[in-house]
Amino acid sequence: MSAIEREVMEPREKTRSIEKAQLLEYYRQMLSIRRMEEALAKAYSMRKFGGFLHLYIGQESVAVGSIAALRPDDYVLATYREHAHAYAKGMPAKAIIAELFGKRTGASKGLGGSMHLFDATRNFLGGYGIVGGHIPLAAGTAFASKYRNDGRVTLCYFGDGSVAQGAFHEALSLAALWKLPVVFICENNLYSMGTPLHRSMSVLDVSQKALGYGIARDRFEGEDVIKVRDRVGEAIRRARNECLPTLIEIITYRYRGHSMSDAGLYRTKDEVDEWKKRDPVTIGRELCEKALVDEKEILAIEEGVKHEIEEAVAFADSSGELTYEELEQFTYKE
Amino acid sequence: MPQIAFREALNQAMVEEMERDDRIFLMGEEVGHYNGAYKVSKGMLEKFGERRVIDTPIAEGGFAGVGIGAAMVGLRPIIEFMTWNFSLVAADQLINNAAKIRQMSGGQFTLPVVFRGPGGSAHMLAAQHSQSTEALWTHIPGLKVVMPANPYDAKGLLKSAIRDDNPVVFIEGEITYGDMGEVPEAEYLIPIGVGDIKRAGTDITIIAWSKMVRVALQTAELLAAEGIQAEVVDPRTLRPLDEELIIASVKKTGRALILEEGWPFNGVGAEIAYRIGRRCFDDLDAPVERLTGSDIPMPYNHHLEELCIPNPPRAVAAAKKLLYLD
Repeated sequence: MSAIEREVMEPREKTRSIEKAQLLEYYRQMLSIRRMEEALAKAYSMRKFGGFLHLYIGQESVAVGSIAALRPDDYVLATYREHAHAYAKGMPAKAIIAELFGKRTGASKGLGGSMHLFDATRNFLGGYGIVGGHIPLAAGTAFASKYRNDGRVTLCYFGDGSVAQGAFHEALSLAALWKLPVVFICENNLYSMGTPLHRSMSVLDVSQKALGYGIARDRFEGEDVIKVRDRVGEAIRRARNECLPTLIEIITYRYRGHSMSDAGLYRTKDEVDEWKKRDPVTIGRELCEKALVDEKEILAIEEGVKHEIEEAVAFADSSGELTYEELEQFTYKE
Repeated sequence: MPQIAFREALNQAMVEEMERDDRIFLMGEEVGHYNGAYKVSKGMLEKFGERRVIDTPIAEGGFAGVGIGAAMVGLRPIIEFMTWNFSLVAADQLINNAAKIRQMSGGQFTLPVVFRGPGGSAHMLAAQHSQSTEALWTHIPGLKVVMPANPYDAKGLLKSAIRDDNPVVFIEGEITYGDMGEVPEAEYLIPIGVGDIKRAGTDITIIAWSKMVRVALQTAELLAAEGIQAEVVDPRTLRPLDEELIIASVKKTGRALILEEGWPFNGVGAEIAYRIGRRCFDDLDAPVERLTGSDIPMPYNHHLEELCIPNPPRAVAAAKKLLYLD
């Protein structure tokens, strides 16, 4: 091999190995999230914890792909269906599961639960339970980034149901007016709780809302984690380099009900099965195979995920709870 | 000591704090180019520029949320509501986000944000523009509620509110903006949660805050003319409440009259009356009395409006009832 050939080949090899490592990492994250939520559903049905449990199963590529395009110090805000976003932002499974079990070792010490995961050290700024109410906060963190010129970008996730809320429109209006570095991601899973899009929206294309505010928009289906990473990555670059907001609509699908109490009678089994044919975790594995990732590496990842979740559940099981006396310190800062 | 207006005291507090700390900014409707709907922020845009004095569209829920988000990541916003009446469309942001994020996150976040603006009635503004909202905000754990009565208190308390690491609801009396009062030139702070005896007396305690302090002091003058010495207690902060100051005064006088501009049902005065009843049961010579705004949406008509707001003659009558002089 000549020197010139080596120069051409080596970067390509290097690129390919980076790609392989990334694919494997995205697959690992998606699989972990899937297994974590399956373990949570099981624990919930065993009555290990109560409250609301909104599962993300079927949408994993959206959180993993989009957060993969971020810097570690960027901000993320999400809804009450946020276990995946927290995990993708770096929160360990044990902190998430312990939180759902209401334990003091949980991300929020057992004070927030499934809907209110927070991790200040990783700039995961929360899961919020009032539909659309967190979207103005994302404009606020982006405002702070511009105010301080810290180069950070805010990603804000919400569902198609949020689009009917005033808070969504006010946040987009302010972000557009003030040119804030924020990417608004509507995860359109076709149902706001049990109501299909056509019964809650006069215009089914959510991304068109961007036109009224004069900001950039994008709209695509989200089952391919690489596609999500690259398309959201464009918006993140626009936010970081040009300080401009974007509205992205990503079409996706949740296999489970709105929450655990939802029997899903508003849609057919055929419809759910049709979506399962485009499963993001399965596609993630196929992407690894196509990139010629060694099957042994994939199996090792799968084995690792199994242990990770088992250990996290055991950790949560064995953790203690806060006492009533400890509660007071969390309401006000002294 | 120089005499300045209430609005000027607030202006000085914001200017001094913003000069001290670049993380502080003022955001709201008409705060910049218009110099404030009530001129509280007069001159601040010129002094600090558009980066730190930010005019907003009419979107209270949106910009209240911006303030909360900015506070979560380390800035110290002052969010002005043109009036507290308009804060009601931002109630979700204050109640569900500002008041709860610290607790829901297990104490990971602090929310150093001040929401301020005028509250209460202000002459013929009708039902939607004449509300006293303090009973709503004091109901919410996670919020602090401050209601100064004079320029001195306004400046010292606003500076403390800006330095506080919790969300503070700071309600200014809409008709007190022009009130003059002595304010020292040297820097001072008034701690949140510490009340003040506005007039010492021995026969009856009148508890009042914000512009009702003026009514209480006028009432005390009228009573003094009849030989009755009223003590006027101004808690200044409603949450946390300086309960000890109130209790000490009532234990001394044995009689308590609470003046409140807002509605009676679940009013702040109801909570204060409960605390007095619980702790001064053996000291009271009469049941705690409340004089509140009428239990109806505010009428527009001038004469009817006057009849709906506590005033000195009615407060004197209530005091005499407590003293068994009626």
